[in-house]
Amino acid sequence: MTDSVRKILFSPVVDNNPIILQVLGICSALAVTTQLSTAITMSIALTLVVACSSSVISLIRHHIPANIRIIVQMTVIASLVIVVDQFLRAFAYEISKELSVFVGLIITNCIVMGRAEAFAMKNPPWPSFLDGLGNGLGFSAILLTVGTIRELFGSGTLLDYTIFPLARDGGWYVPNGLLLLPPSAFFLIGLIIWVVRSWKKAQVEQAEFRIKEMRRPTETT
Amino acid sequence: MDTLVNLFITAVFVENLALSFFLGMCTFLAISKKIETALGLGIAVIVVQALTVPINNLIYRYLLRDGALDWAGLSSVDLSFLGFVSYIGVIAAMVQILEMFLDRFVPALYNALGIYLPLITVNCAILGGTLFMVERDYTFAESVTYGFGSGFGWALAITAMAGVREKLKYSDVPDGLQGLGITFISAGLMALGFMAFSGIRL
Repeated sequence: MTDSVRKILFSPVVDNNPIILQVLGICSALAVTTQLSTAITMSIALTLVVACSSSVISLIRHHIPANIRIIVQMTVIASLVIVVDQFLRAFAYEISKELSVFVGLIITNCIVMGRAEAFAMKNPPWPSFLDGLGNGLGFSAILLTVGTIRELFGSGTLLDYTIFPLARDGGWYVPNGLLLLPPSAFFLIGLIIWVVRSWKKAQVEQAEFRIKEMRRPTETT
Repeated sequence: MDTLVNLFITAVFVENLALSFFLGMCTFLAISKKIETALGLGIAVIVVQALTVPINNLIYRYLLRDGALDWAGLSSVDLSFLGFVSYIGVIAAMVQILEMFLDRFVPALYNALGIYLPLITVNCAILGGTLFMVERDYTFAESVTYGFGSGFGWALAITAMAGVREKLKYSDVPDGLQGLGITFISAGLMALGFMAFSGIRL
Protein backbone atom coordinates (compact mmCIF):
# COMPACT_ATOMS: atom_id res chain seq x y z
CA MET A 1 0.00 0.00 0.00
CA THR A 2 1.59 3.25 -1.08
CA ASP A 3 1.50 6.41 1.02
CA SER A 4 -1.01 8.27 -1.14
CA VAL A 5 -3.44 5.34 -1.09
CA ARG A 6 -3.16 5.10 2.68
CA LYS A 7 -3.70 8.85 3.01
CA ILE A 8 -6.86 8.90 0.86
CA LEU A 9 -8.22 5.80 2.55
CA PHE A 10 -7.58 6.56 6.20
CA SER A 11 -7.60 10.34 6.58
CA PRO A 12 -11.45 10.40 6.60
CA VAL A 13 -11.53 7.97 9.53
CA VAL A 14 -10.11 10.32 12.17
CA ASP A 15 -8.54 13.46 10.71
CA ASN A 16 -11.40 14.42 8.43
CA ASN A 17 -14.31 12.32 9.64
CA PRO A 18 -17.50 12.86 7.60
CA ILE A 19 -19.80 12.88 10.64
CA ILE A 20 -17.94 14.74 13.34
CA LEU A 21 -15.99 17.22 11.24
CA GLN A 22 -17.71 17.65 7.88
CA VAL A 23 -21.20 17.37 9.51
CA LEU A 24 -22.46 15.06 6.75
CA GLY A 25 -24.74 12.03 6.94
CA ILE A 26 -25.96 12.55 10.47
CA CYS A 27 -29.59 11.57 9.89
CA SER A 28 -28.97 7.87 9.50
CA ALA A 29 -26.13 7.87 12.01
CA LEU A 30 -28.56 8.72 14.78
CA ALA A 31 -31.62 6.76 13.81
CA VAL A 32 -30.29 3.25 13.16
CA THR A 33 -27.94 2.87 16.12
CA THR A 34 -30.22 1.43 18.82
CA GLN A 35 -28.91 -2.01 17.88
CA LEU A 36 -25.49 -3.04 16.67
CA SER A 37 -26.87 -5.31 13.92
CA THR A 38 -28.77 -2.49 12.15
CA ALA A 39 -25.76 -0.22 12.55
CA ILE A 40 -23.51 -2.82 10.87
CA THR A 41 -25.97 -3.32 8.00
CA MET A 42 -26.29 0.42 7.49
CA SER A 43 -22.48 0.86 7.52
CA ILE A 44 -21.94 -1.85 4.92
CA ALA A 45 -24.76 -0.54 2.73
CA LEU A 46 -23.54 3.05 2.86
CA THR A 47 -19.88 2.15 2.30
CA LEU A 48 -20.80 0.10 -0.78
CA VAL A 49 -23.04 2.83 -2.19
CA VAL A 50 -20.59 5.66 -1.64
CA ALA A 51 -17.61 3.71 -3.06
CA CYS A 52 -19.55 2.54 -6.15
CA SER A 53 -21.26 5.87 -6.81
CA SER A 54 -17.97 7.74 -6.52
CA SER A 55 -16.27 5.47 -9.05
CA VAL A 56 -19.23 5.52 -11.48
CA ILE A 57 -19.58 9.31 -11.32
CA SER A 58 -15.83 9.69 -11.70
CA LEU A 59 -15.93 7.45 -14.81
CA ILE A 60 -18.54 9.62 -16.52
CA ARG A 61 -17.37 12.95 -15.10
CA HIS A 62 -16.23 14.35 -18.48
CA HIS A 63 -19.63 13.63 -20.06
CA ILE A 64 -21.87 15.21 -17.39
CA PRO A 65 -23.08 18.70 -18.39
CA ALA A 66 -22.38 21.04 -15.49
CA ASN A 67 -25.89 22.43 -15.07
CA ILE A 68 -27.70 19.10 -14.72
CA ARG A 69 -24.99 17.33 -12.74
CA ILE A 70 -27.05 17.11 -9.52
CA ILE A 71 -29.83 15.19 -11.29
CA VAL A 72 -27.31 12.87 -12.98
CA GLN A 73 -25.59 12.18 -9.64
CA MET A 74 -28.98 11.59 -7.99
CA THR A 75 -29.96 9.06 -10.65
CA VAL A 76 -26.71 7.12 -10.30
CA ILE A 77 -27.01 7.09 -6.51
CA ALA A 78 -30.73 6.20 -6.51
CA SER A 79 -30.11 3.25 -8.86
CA LEU A 80 -27.36 1.91 -6.57
CA VAL A 81 -29.62 2.31 -3.53
CA ILE A 82 -32.42 0.40 -5.30
CA VAL A 83 -29.96 -2.48 -5.82
CA VAL A 84 -29.01 -2.43 -2.11
CA ASP A 85 -32.65 -2.20 -1.01
CA GLN A 86 -33.82 -5.08 -3.21
CA PHE A 87 -30.84 -7.17 -2.05
CA LEU A 88 -31.67 -6.56 1.63
CA ARG A 89 -35.34 -7.38 1.07
CA ALA A 90 -34.39 -10.65 -0.60
CA PHE A 91 -31.70 -11.86 1.81
CA ALA A 92 -32.16 -10.01 5.12
CA TYR A 93 -35.86 -9.22 5.31
CA GLU A 94 -35.99 -8.76 9.10
CA ILE A 95 -33.18 -6.18 9.14
CA SER A 96 -34.62 -4.42 6.11
CA LYS A 97 -37.93 -4.09 8.02
CA GLU A 98 -36.13 -2.58 11.01
CA LEU A 99 -34.19 -0.11 8.88
CA SER A 100 -37.53 0.84 7.23
CA VAL A 101 -37.14 4.11 5.34
CA PHE A 102 -33.51 4.62 6.23
CA VAL A 103 -32.21 2.43 3.40
CA GLY A 104 -34.00 4.69 0.94
CA LEU A 105 -32.63 7.71 2.70
CA ILE A 106 -29.07 6.73 1.71
CA ILE A 107 -29.99 8.58 -1.53
CA THR A 108 -30.13 11.90 0.30
CA ASN A 109 -27.33 11.03 2.71
CA CYS A 110 -25.11 14.04 2.34
CA ILE A 111 -21.92 11.92 2.44
CA VAL A 112 -22.73 10.31 -0.90
CA MET A 113 -23.63 13.59 -2.63
CA GLY A 114 -20.83 15.44 -0.87
CA ARG A 115 -18.10 13.05 -1.98
CA ALA A 116 -19.49 12.89 -5.53
CA GLU A 117 -19.48 16.67 -5.75
CA ALA A 118 -16.24 17.41 -3.88
CA PHE A 119 -13.99 14.55 -4.98
CA ALA A 120 -15.34 12.28 -7.72
CA MET A 121 -16.11 15.11 -10.16
CA LYS A 122 -12.43 16.12 -10.19
CA ASN A 123 -10.48 12.87 -9.79
CA PRO A 124 -9.92 9.61 -11.73
CA PRO A 125 -11.94 6.48 -10.79
CA TRP A 126 -9.40 4.64 -8.60
CA PRO A 127 -8.72 7.49 -6.12
CA SER A 128 -12.46 8.27 -6.12
CA PHE A 129 -13.21 4.67 -5.21
CA LEU A 130 -10.68 4.84 -2.35
CA ASP A 131 -12.04 8.19 -1.18
CA GLY A 132 -15.58 6.79 -1.16
CA LEU A 133 -14.40 3.70 0.73
CA GLY A 134 -12.49 5.83 3.24
CA ASN A 135 -15.47 8.08 3.95
CA GLY A 136 -17.67 5.02 4.27
CA LEU A 137 -15.21 3.67 6.84
CA GLY A 138 -15.19 6.96 8.75
CA PHE A 139 -18.99 6.89 8.85
CA SER A 140 -18.95 3.24 9.94
CA ALA A 141 -16.47 3.95 12.75
CA ILE A 142 -18.85 6.44 14.39
CA LEU A 143 -21.93 4.31 13.71
CA LEU A 144 -20.39 1.18 15.23
CA THR A 145 -19.13 3.05 18.30
CA VAL A 146 -22.54 4.60 18.98
CA GLY A 147 -24.32 1.32 18.17
CA THR A 148 -22.11 -0.67 20.54
CA ILE A 149 -22.57 1.76 23.44
CA ARG A 150 -26.34 2.03 22.95
CA GLU A 151 -26.99 -1.69 22.66
CA LEU A 152 -24.55 -2.75 25.40
CA PHE A 153 -25.68 -0.28 28.04
CA GLY A 154 -29.25 0.14 26.84
CA SER A 155 -30.25 -3.51 26.75
CA GLY A 156 -27.21 -5.42 28.05
CA THR A 157 -26.67 -7.35 24.82
CA LEU A 158 -24.38 -7.22 21.80
CA LEU A 159 -25.74 -8.60 18.50
CA ASP A 160 -28.48 -10.22 20.65
CA TYR A 161 -25.98 -12.17 22.79
CA THR A 162 -26.36 -11.35 26.49
CA ILE A 163 -23.24 -9.62 27.84
CA PHE A 164 -24.66 -8.12 31.03
CA PRO A 165 -27.40 -10.35 32.53
CA LEU A 166 -30.38 -8.06 33.16
CA ALA A 167 -31.78 -7.53 36.66
CA ARG A 168 -35.30 -8.45 35.58
CA ASP A 169 -34.04 -11.86 34.39
CA GLY A 170 -32.18 -12.54 37.64
CA GLY A 171 -28.86 -10.94 36.67
CA TRP A 172 -27.21 -7.82 38.12
CA TYR A 173 -27.40 -5.19 35.38
CA VAL A 174 -30.15 -2.55 35.44
CA PRO A 175 -30.33 -1.26 31.83
CA ASN A 176 -30.24 2.45 31.13
CA GLY A 177 -33.47 3.02 29.23
CA LEU A 178 -32.44 6.49 28.05
CA LEU A 179 -29.90 4.94 25.69
CA LEU A 180 -32.68 3.30 23.69
CA LEU A 181 -34.44 6.62 23.17
CA PRO A 182 -33.59 8.98 20.28
CA PRO A 183 -32.03 11.85 22.32
CA SER A 184 -29.20 9.66 23.65
CA ALA A 185 -27.71 9.45 20.16
CA PHE A 186 -27.27 13.23 20.14
CA PHE A 187 -25.54 13.15 23.52
CA LEU A 188 -23.23 10.28 22.49
CA ILE A 189 -22.14 11.95 19.26
CA GLY A 190 -21.62 15.23 21.13
CA LEU A 191 -19.39 13.42 23.62
CA ILE A 192 -17.50 11.60 20.83
CA ILE A 193 -16.82 14.99 19.26
CA TRP A 194 -15.50 16.20 22.61
CA VAL A 195 -13.19 13.20 22.97
CA VAL A 196 -11.82 13.46 19.42
CA ARG A 197 -11.28 17.20 19.68
CA SER A 198 -9.47 16.94 22.99
CA TRP A 199 -7.12 14.53 21.24
CA LYS A 200 -6.80 16.43 17.92
CA LYS A 201 -6.59 20.06 19.03
CA ALA A 202 -6.54 21.33 15.44
CA GLN A 203 -10.24 20.47 15.01
CA VAL A 204 -11.40 22.77 17.83
CA GLU A 205 -13.67 25.57 16.57
CA GLN A 206 -13.08 29.13 17.65
CA ALA A 207 -15.74 30.68 19.86
CA GLU A 208 -17.63 33.62 18.35
CA PHE A 209 -17.52 35.50 21.61
CA ARG A 210 -15.06 35.36 24.46
CA ILE A 211 -15.87 36.47 27.96
CA LYS A 212 -13.32 39.07 28.96
CA GLU A 213 -11.28 38.26 31.97
CA MET A 214 -12.43 40.07 35.07
CA ARG A 215 -10.04 42.68 36.28
CA ARG A 216 -10.24 44.02 39.74
CA PRO A 217 -10.80 47.75 39.51
CA THR A 218 -7.64 49.53 40.61
CA GLU A 219 -8.09 51.62 43.63
CA THR A 220 -7.89 55.30 43.01
CA THR A 221 -6.24 57.36 45.60
CA MET B 1 -61.91 14.86 10.18
CA ASP B 2 -60.85 13.77 13.66
CA THR B 3 -58.28 11.38 12.25
CA LEU B 4 -56.83 14.14 10.06
CA VAL B 5 -56.45 16.56 13.00
CA ASN B 6 -54.93 13.76 15.00
CA LEU B 7 -52.52 12.95 12.16
CA PHE B 8 -51.51 16.62 11.95
CA ILE B 9 -50.79 16.86 15.69
CA THR B 10 -48.87 13.59 15.60
CA ALA B 11 -46.80 14.73 12.60
CA VAL B 12 -45.94 18.08 14.19
CA PHE B 13 -45.15 17.08 17.77
CA VAL B 14 -45.05 13.36 18.49
CA GLU B 15 -43.32 12.20 15.30
CA ASN B 16 -41.39 15.37 14.65
CA LEU B 17 -39.21 14.61 11.61
CA ALA B 18 -36.19 16.48 12.92
CA LEU B 19 -36.21 15.55 16.59
CA SER B 20 -37.57 12.02 16.71
CA PHE B 21 -36.54 10.65 13.31
CA PHE B 22 -33.43 12.82 12.82
CA LEU B 23 -34.30 13.68 9.25
CA GLY B 24 -32.75 16.69 7.59
CA MET B 25 -30.14 16.83 10.33
CA CYS B 26 -27.32 18.11 8.14
CA THR B 27 -29.22 21.27 7.21
CA PHE B 28 -30.76 21.37 10.69
CA LEU B 29 -27.31 21.73 12.25
CA ALA B 30 -25.71 23.81 9.51
CA ILE B 31 -28.39 26.48 8.90
CA SER B 32 -29.57 27.06 12.47
CA LYS B 33 -27.23 29.86 13.53
CA LYS B 34 -29.70 32.73 12.99
CA ILE B 35 -33.46 32.82 13.52
CA GLU B 36 -34.25 34.64 10.24
CA THR B 37 -32.40 32.20 8.01
CA ALA B 38 -33.81 29.24 9.96
CA LEU B 39 -37.33 30.60 9.51
CA GLY B 40 -36.78 31.14 5.77
CA LEU B 41 -35.54 27.60 5.31
CA GLY B 42 -38.39 26.30 7.47
CA ILE B 43 -41.04 27.98 5.30
CA ALA B 44 -39.37 26.64 2.15
CA VAL B 45 -39.47 23.13 3.62
CA ILE B 46 -43.18 23.48 4.52
CA VAL B 47 -44.04 24.53 0.94
CA VAL B 48 -41.98 21.83 -0.76
CA GLN B 49 -43.11 19.12 1.66
CA ALA B 50 -46.81 20.03 1.30
CA LEU B 51 -46.44 19.78 -2.49
CA THR B 52 -44.22 16.73 -2.95
CA VAL B 53 -45.84 14.31 -0.50
CA PRO B 54 -49.31 14.49 -2.16
CA ILE B 55 -47.80 14.35 -5.66
CA ASN B 56 -45.70 11.33 -4.76
CA ASN B 57 -48.82 9.83 -3.19
CA LEU B 58 -50.63 10.10 -6.55
CA ILE B 59 -47.63 8.63 -8.38
CA TYR B 60 -47.47 5.75 -5.91
CA ARG B 61 -51.23 5.05 -6.08
CA TYR B 62 -51.72 5.29 -9.84
CA LEU B 63 -48.37 4.25 -11.32
CA LEU B 64 -46.06 2.32 -9.03
CA ARG B 65 -48.04 0.21 -6.56
CA ASP B 66 -48.64 -3.49 -7.17
CA GLY B 67 -51.66 -3.57 -9.49
CA ALA B 68 -51.78 0.23 -9.71
CA LEU B 69 -51.70 0.19 -13.50
CA ASP B 70 -55.11 -1.49 -13.52
CA TRP B 71 -56.62 1.55 -15.25
CA ALA B 72 -54.28 1.01 -18.20
CA GLY B 73 -55.14 -2.67 -18.46
CA LEU B 74 -51.80 -3.81 -16.99
CA SER B 75 -53.01 -5.26 -13.69
CA SER B 76 -50.09 -7.66 -13.20
CA VAL B 77 -47.35 -5.01 -13.37
CA ASP B 78 -45.58 -4.07 -10.10
CA LEU B 79 -43.28 -1.09 -10.52
CA SER B 80 -42.73 -0.41 -6.83
CA PHE B 81 -38.99 -1.06 -7.17
CA LEU B 82 -38.76 2.14 -9.25
CA GLY B 83 -39.99 4.12 -6.24
CA PHE B 84 -36.75 5.75 -5.10
CA VAL B 85 -35.77 7.07 -8.55
CA SER B 86 -39.27 8.44 -9.21
CA TYR B 87 -39.68 10.12 -5.83
CA ILE B 88 -36.30 11.83 -5.91
CA GLY B 89 -36.98 12.85 -9.54
CA VAL B 90 -40.30 14.40 -8.51
CA ILE B 91 -38.65 16.22 -5.61
CA ALA B 92 -35.82 17.60 -7.75
CA ALA B 93 -38.28 18.65 -10.47
CA MET B 94 -40.71 20.24 -8.00
CA VAL B 95 -37.94 22.26 -6.38
CA GLN B 96 -36.75 23.44 -9.79
CA ILE B 97 -40.30 24.38 -10.91
CA LEU B 98 -41.01 26.16 -7.63
CA GLU B 99 -37.77 28.11 -7.99
CA MET B 100 -38.63 29.24 -11.54
CA PHE B 101 -42.24 30.01 -10.57
CA LEU B 102 -41.21 32.16 -7.63
CA ASP B 103 -38.55 33.91 -9.69
CA ARG B 104 -41.13 34.83 -12.35
CA PHE B 105 -44.23 35.66 -10.26
CA VAL B 106 -43.24 36.36 -6.64
CA PRO B 107 -39.76 37.92 -6.80
CA ALA B 108 -39.90 39.10 -3.17
CA LEU B 109 -40.41 35.58 -1.88
CA TYR B 110 -37.80 34.30 -4.34
CA ASN B 111 -35.22 36.68 -2.94
CA ALA B 112 -36.02 35.53 0.56
CA LEU B 113 -36.13 31.77 -0.11
CA GLY B 114 -34.04 31.50 -3.28
CA ILE B 115 -30.78 30.39 -1.73
CA TYR B 116 -32.42 27.67 0.36
CA LEU B 117 -34.39 26.00 -2.40
CA PRO B 118 -31.51 24.05 -4.00
CA LEU B 119 -30.54 22.79 -0.54
CA ILE B 120 -33.96 21.23 -0.13
CA THR B 121 -33.48 18.63 -2.88
CA VAL B 122 -30.91 16.88 -0.72
CA ASN B 123 -32.78 17.42 2.55
CA CYS B 124 -33.60 13.97 3.90
CA ALA B 125 -36.75 15.30 5.58
CA ILE B 126 -38.43 15.73 2.19
CA LEU B 127 -37.61 12.25 0.87
CA GLY B 128 -38.23 10.84 4.35
CA GLY B 129 -41.74 12.29 4.43
CA THR B 130 -42.52 10.65 1.09
CA LEU B 131 -41.09 7.29 2.18
CA PHE B 132 -43.09 7.33 5.44
CA MET B 133 -46.21 8.17 3.41
CA VAL B 134 -45.58 5.12 1.19
CA GLU B 135 -44.75 2.85 4.10
CA ARG B 136 -47.89 3.80 6.05
CA ASP B 137 -50.07 3.70 2.93
CA TYR B 138 -51.79 7.08 3.46
CA THR B 139 -54.82 8.12 1.40
CA PHE B 140 -54.61 11.34 -0.62
CA ALA B 141 -56.27 13.49 2.06
CA GLU B 142 -54.01 12.01 4.73
CA SER B 143 -50.95 12.63 2.58
CA VAL B 144 -51.83 16.33 2.21
CA THR B 145 -52.21 16.62 5.99
CA TYR B 146 -49.08 14.63 6.69
CA GLY B 147 -47.01 16.61 4.17
CA PHE B 148 -48.04 19.95 5.65
CA GLY B 149 -47.81 18.75 9.25
CA SER B 150 -44.39 17.16 8.98
CA GLY B 151 -43.02 20.21 7.16
CA PHE B 152 -44.48 22.45 9.85
CA GLY B 153 -42.95 20.33 12.61
CA TRP B 154 -39.52 20.51 10.97
CA ALA B 155 -39.79 24.29 10.59
CA LEU B 156 -40.82 24.60 14.24
CA ALA B 157 -37.85 22.51 15.37
CA ILE B 158 -35.24 24.40 13.33
CA THR B 159 -36.60 27.80 14.43
CA ALA B 160 -36.53 26.76 18.09
CA MET B 161 -33.02 25.40 17.63
CA ALA B 162 -31.86 28.69 16.08
CA GLY B 163 -33.32 30.56 19.05
CA VAL B 164 -31.37 28.36 21.44
CA ARG B 165 -28.16 28.76 19.46
CA GLU B 166 -28.43 32.54 19.29
CA LYS B 167 -28.34 32.64 23.07
CA LEU B 168 -25.81 29.84 23.31
CA LYS B 169 -23.03 31.72 21.53
CA TYR B 170 -22.53 33.96 24.54
CA SER B 171 -22.00 31.07 26.93
CA ASP B 172 -18.68 29.70 28.08
CA VAL B 173 -18.37 26.24 26.51
CA PRO B 174 -15.38 23.87 26.99
CA ASP B 175 -12.97 24.09 24.04
CA GLY B 176 -13.57 20.61 22.67
CA LEU B 177 -17.35 21.07 22.67
CA GLN B 178 -17.24 24.49 21.02
CA GLY B 179 -19.49 24.78 17.94
CA LEU B 180 -20.68 21.40 16.73
CA GLY B 181 -20.37 19.46 19.99
CA ILE B 182 -22.56 21.72 22.09
CA THR B 183 -25.05 21.97 19.22
CA PHE B 184 -25.47 18.20 19.28
CA ILE B 185 -26.01 18.19 23.02
CA SER B 186 -28.57 21.01 22.92
CA ALA B 187 -30.40 19.23 20.07
CA GLY B 188 -30.48 16.16 22.32
CA LEU B 189 -32.02 18.18 25.15
CA MET B 190 -34.63 19.57 22.73
CA ALA B 191 -35.43 16.04 21.58
CA LEU B 192 -35.94 15.07 25.23
CA GLY B 193 -38.35 18.00 25.55
CA PHE B 194 -40.30 16.90 22.48
CA MET B 195 -40.62 13.41 23.96
CA ALA B 196 -43.00 14.93 26.49
CA PHE B 197 -45.54 15.12 23.66
CA SER B 198 -45.49 11.38 23.05
CA GLY B 199 -48.78 9.67 23.67
CA ILE B 200 -50.91 12.75 22.92
CA ARG B 201 -54.12 11.78 21.11
CA LEU B 202 -57.04 14.02 20.26
